[in-house]
Amino acid sequence: MDGGKIQQLGPAAERARRRRSLAIALTLGFMVIAFYVATFVRFGDVITNSVH
Amino acid sequence: MSVQSEVGQIDLIAEPSVGDFIQLMKPRVMTLVILTALAAMLAAPGALNPVIGTIAIISIAIGAGASGALNMWYDADIDARMARTAARPLPRGKVTPEEALSFGAVLSVGSVVTLGVLVNWVAGALLALTIAFYLFVYTMWLKRRTPHNIVIGGAAGAFPPMIGWAVVTGNVSFDSVLLFLIIFMWTPPHFWALALYRCRDYERVGVPMLPVVAGLRETRRQILIYSVLLAPLAVVPYFVGLGGVVYLACSVVLGLIFLGLAVRVYVTTEGREADTAARQLFWFSILYLYTLFAVLLVEATVNRILT
Repeated sequence: MDGGKIQQLGPAAERARRRRSLAIALTLGFMVIAFYVATFVRFGDVITNSVH
Repeated sequence: MSVQSEVGQIDLIAEPSVGDFIQLMKPRVMTLVILTALAAMLAAPGALNPVIGTIAIISIAIGAGASGALNMWYDADIDARMARTAARPLPRGKVTPEEALSFGAVLSVGSVVTLGVLVNWVAGALLALTIAFYLFVYTMWLKRRTPHNIVIGGAAGAFPPMIGWAVVTGNVSFDSVLLFLIIFMWTPPHFWALALYRCRDYERVGVPMLPVVAGLRETRRQILIYSVLLAPLAVVPYFVGLGGVVYLACSVVLGLIFLGLAVRVYVTTEGREADTAARQLFWFSILYLYTLFAVLLVEATVNRILT
């Protein structure tokens, strides 16, 4: 902070920040889905066999 | 990154965009990494689950992008003083060094762990080796110290086919080493052709590229030697069953053109024609490698569909 001045982002900076946040959220979402699906593909048989 | 203006607002221009972070990952290099790794994956013997294959390719691409970001973080000082690299996000002040470092580090760890856990640890270890080699061996150690930087450091760019092969087979074989060697032998003539017409840039920032240290004549000679070794080497995949007839034809024809351009670089030593010859070899070398691996990819895909 600078001497108690109110700081605010301009519209372009706000937009850039929002897009970055969206990109991070989408990436994380994709990773969750990818790990979920890949775990089934990779270890599905092992999990099924250990249950039965 | 933010710069405060007089009115108390944060400077609008300095906020990094998604595009700046994508640029940190060297997207053009990533496309070549994806192509070479994918070609090797499809050419490798063994079943390949599409989900696992997709995750593997994304991990390899992100790992390559991460090493690009780490390279830009370390080389920001010289990038700022070279015409070719001055517009990168760090020299422009769009991304801070801390952001680039953390971005590269997180992606490096994430890509290696993902590849290791979901695919196999041989592929994961090779990806880790690639990133480490590119950052520590090439960027930090060799690049600013020796004219052999490109020769040895080129190994980092040659690893992706080995990773792709390991994704399917779980090991390293002669075939994957052969694909590695093709890119390894391709790298010096490719970068030295660039260095020939960007010589002053490298000289100004103190990077001991071959033309700066050994002179233009020796660089032209080395380009020719590597090209003579590369052209026949690139034909070998046909004889070990990796490539088909189309690959054979392409590797022979393109190899001869590559050699022709290398000879032209060797004999054209004066004036603007010398620069033009080097530029032509540089751009053709990109087309050459893309085409060879694209043909391998298509042939391997057709083989998988038919068998």
